[in-house]
Amino acid sequence: TSAAAPPVTSQTCQTLHDSLFQSMDLDRGTWIDSAFLSLRFSELDTRKINNSFLRDHSYATEADIISTVEFNSTGELLATGDKGGRVVVFQREQESKNQPHRRGEYNVYSTFQSHEPEFDYLKSLEIEEKINKIRWLPQQNAAYFLLSTNDKTVKLWKISERDKRPEGYNLKDEEGRIRDPTTITSLRVPVLRPMDLMVEATPRRIFSNAHTYHINSISVNSDYETYMSTDDLRINLWNLEITNRSFNIVDIKPANMEELTEVITAAEFHPNQCNTFVYSSSKGSIRLCDMRTSALCDNHSKLFEEPEDPSNRSFFSEIISSISDVKFSHSGRYLMTRDYLTVKVWDINMESRPLETYQVHDYLRSKLCSLYENDFIFDKFECVWNGTDSVLMTGSYNNFFRMFDRNTKRDVTLEASRENSKPRAILKPRKVCVGGKRRKDEISVDSLDFSKKILHTAWHPNENIIAVAATNNLYIFQDKVN
Amino acid sequence: MAGAEGDDSLYPIAVLIDELRNEDVQLRLNSIKKLSTIALALGVERTRTELLPFLTDTIYDEDEVLLALAEQLGSFTVLVGGPEFVHCLLPPLESLATVEETVVRDKAVESLRKISQEHSPVDLEVHFVPLVKRLASGDWFTSRTSACGLFGVCYPRVSSTVKAEIRQHFRTLCSDDTPMVRRAASSKLGEFAKVLELDYVKSDIIPLFTALASDEQDSVRLLAVEAGVSIAALLPQEDLEDLVMPTLRQAAEDKSWRVRYMVADKFSELQKAVGPEITKNDLVPAFQNLLKDCEAEVRTAAANKVKVFCESLPEDSRETIIMTHILPCVKELVSDTNQHVKSALASVIMGLSTILGKDNTVEHLLPLFLVQLKDEYPEVRLNIISNLDCVNEVIGIRQLSQSLLPAIVELAEDAKWRVRLAIIEYMPLLAGQLGVEFFDEKLNSLCMAWLIDHVYAIREAATCNLMKLVEKFGAEWAQNTIVPKVLGMANDSNYLHRMTTLFCINALSEVCGQEITTKHMLPVVLKMSTDQVANVRFNVARCLQKIGPVLDSSALQAEVKPVLEKLATDQDMDVKYFALEAISVLALA
Repeated sequence: TSAAAPPVTSQTCQTLHDSLFQSMDLDRGTWIDSAFLSLRFSELDTRKINNSFLRDHSYATEADIISTVEFNSTGELLATGDKGGRVVVFQREQESKNQPHRRGEYNVYSTFQSHEPEFDYLKSLEIEEKINKIRWLPQQNAAYFLLSTNDKTVKLWKISERDKRPEGYNLKDEEGRIRDPTTITSLRVPVLRPMDLMVEATPRRIFSNAHTYHINSISVNSDYETYMSTDDLRINLWNLEITNRSFNIVDIKPANMEELTEVITAAEFHPNQCNTFVYSSSKGSIRLCDMRTSALCDNHSKLFEEPEDPSNRSFFSEIISSISDVKFSHSGRYLMTRDYLTVKVWDINMESRPLETYQVHDYLRSKLCSLYENDFIFDKFECVWNGTDSVLMTGSYNNFFRMFDRNTKRDVTLEASRENSKPRAILKPRKVCVGGKRRKDEISVDSLDFSKKILHTAWHPNENIIAVAATNNLYIFQDKVN
Repeated sequence: MAGAEGDDSLYPIAVLIDELRNEDVQLRLNSIKKLSTIALALGVERTRTELLPFLTDTIYDEDEVLLALAEQLGSFTVLVGGPEFVHCLLPPLESLATVEETVVRDKAVESLRKISQEHSPVDLEVHFVPLVKRLASGDWFTSRTSACGLFGVCYPRVSSTVKAEIRQHFRTLCSDDTPMVRRAASSKLGEFAKVLELDYVKSDIIPLFTALASDEQDSVRLLAVEAGVSIAALLPQEDLEDLVMPTLRQAAEDKSWRVRYMVADKFSELQKAVGPEITKNDLVPAFQNLLKDCEAEVRTAAANKVKVFCESLPEDSRETIIMTHILPCVKELVSDTNQHVKSALASVIMGLSTILGKDNTVEHLLPLFLVQLKDEYPEVRLNIISNLDCVNEVIGIRQLSQSLLPAIVELAEDAKWRVRLAIIEYMPLLAGQLGVEFFDEKLNSLCMAWLIDHVYAIREAATCNLMKLVEKFGAEWAQNTIVPKVLGMANDSNYLHRMTTLFCINALSEVCGQEITTKHMLPVVLKMSTDQVANVRFNVARCLQKIGPVLDSSALQAEVKPVLEKLATDQDMDVKYFALEAISVLALA
């Protein structure tokens, strides 16, 4: 599991996990029951949260659509960003004896406006406030730190608690009335008194003016000192403490923009080798670079690419092979990539082809033409690993999301919706049918709702808790508690 | 302290105390900066019991306030009652040493180091060392990084038992889980080694150094290089080969270019620390490799060190080493593919001529200079030109003049105005070295052409350049060569060029002296007072003000005064303003 396992909870998590996957080994048939269906349903409606924060209407707007979800390294906190530039941080409830069923519920901890809409007057360009990515920093003191980015600017936020405030003035009395200065006969030093817990979010650093194109990824290095920000054509390396200078480490911009054939779609640092990172491209390849060899990493040290199957070639081949997300496994041994129809796992020691390929929604292969016409084919789905790198999760349409077990090769489709599941009920697997005969409980390809898509999901670093963003709703599911 | 009736002297202090928590950061900052005034008014007792506890808990504030606080506390000993009570300052500094902002933490550590000296040996063990241990075993890496900087100051002043504990704590931090802490430990390793007994340097520090120098994180390894230099300086010569050199050799060939860069960057210090023998046997080949490194950043850093490295080579073998080992690499660098490498080399290569002497310079270096003078990148050419004085001393600049001239002309006409600006600044130096004859023949026209450059900054620099040339070549030269040309521009159809005449006169009048100014320049200036462009007219007023002190009083009264008076009634506001200003400054009213 990840190097930064929390000291307190890891024991319990591990037990939970062990029992979960032991039952899987014993009885493969019932595994889906124990692994996925028992994910308890506890839904958080971000609209409600946002109501109290900014909006006083009860319907969701474009700005409420969640654009990124991320757990911190202990899983105690979960951050979401939305199209309105807001970041909402949830904190896990401490276990309490009175309300055992509330264990693991996430409640709002802090909400703040991270980015505002801007206008670049030099380029006559509107800069959206939408949060493209959030990344947590390793915890360094009692406060929490995260990086959030929109298309152009990365910000470092500090989220800290305050539970004391100073009392006692010399020139004012307790009610704030000004005292007559001539009556001052002695000096008072303020005293700190306890107060209700207050959570503050303060911007600590603003990293701007380094990207000409839109930032699609940020990734914190395992050296705890640097991070990289990636746009369509370039990757920049920053020191977390220096905002006025960044180093360009990858630049694929051709001298003549008409020769442009490929863009960078995502990039990530290796979880523990500080000099290694990967980036994926719109042509379906992944490049692994070693920052030790040279300052500019234009020459990759590994190129992962699957040879194209000529029999499957079509007008859409290149579009659907574009990689929308790339993630290192927690161990650093594997890479997971998501393209339009599949999730692939690559061994970083084998460049020629993926180790495993999983179909996410192969039934869409026949509908690519209409998906293209409606631009859905360009949707960027993300993908995540579970804490032990044994299960993959990624989203689909119709509020469906998919999980794949790498050991048993079993998979499941689940739905995040309020209509079809009740809080704390066990999730039912869903099935999409192709062709005429539709069984009960199945849904036909033609009735899928493509406007309801699950692009962003997150998996707790060491427990079976997942967060799924379905447009403006955030769903949190977890293992059934005995 | 305070009287029963309100005390007027308390009011300003009361304001300061209240403003410690004002909404406005600037006011809080002001208050913190006057913390000593507050403490003085409160007295030592209340400072200890009330003010410091309050400050200990105010670590929520803005960085700049915390930074000021950390700094203030470093010189607060007297205000808490002297060295006897200095330990009262530890709690607020301890909390400041855990904040996330590096500058604040560093300042807190600096203050802690400062006040550690004011602790008695007993207090140091009772109060200070426990604080260091708390920080060293803190939950968060911010506190552990701060601890790294504190071991060195307590170590020399504590008992041997505590010394052993301190060494143990340092060892632990060197293998901390987080790279942040290992980096801090790595960067303080050299300093800590300095206060340790030699035996412990060998038994404790060397293994730590070896471990950090092979850390999995590049950023830790590269800091170990610097520590290695400090440690090498501490060890007797006979131990260096066994204890330090294997690790340093390995660092010079590290897989990561950043580590090799660090070795290149610290090369002179390293050379000094290891002494002449190891330099000859080890550092020379290592330096050759760095000069041939595959990463341009490393070559740049190494190229920068060429001169210093050669200078510090042992005298008996200096020339041989340079000629047989270093020069071949330097020759390759002259045609490097990377402009930064060439530019770094160009900034130091001329320095080799003094080391190698006349014959070698003419035979081996001169061809290299000539190649670099023709380099495609202006920065390379500029760096050569800016260091001409070194060569001049050895072989005289004439050897170069044939190649120099085209290089200068090309730079003088470079499309980038910053390049033109840079070459102008070297003109006086070149003029001095090439002599007046050569200058008149080849460079004078360039200097005049800059006066009508389309970029103001160039015209301005050109004006200033003329003044410096006159300082070198004298007033007579000025009168014969440049003054006529400058004055000729007064009739130019472009008003910007007419103004340049005025600016030149401003700059030249003093160096040219009264006679030339009165006889040649003044009539031109006065004539320009009727220019149709207001900008020219008000610059006439400013010019008169500037050259006034050079003129004699009869000329002032008879010629300058009437013109200024006329300009003072000009319909343009600015012309009037500057005319009146000139009249008052020259006392002509």
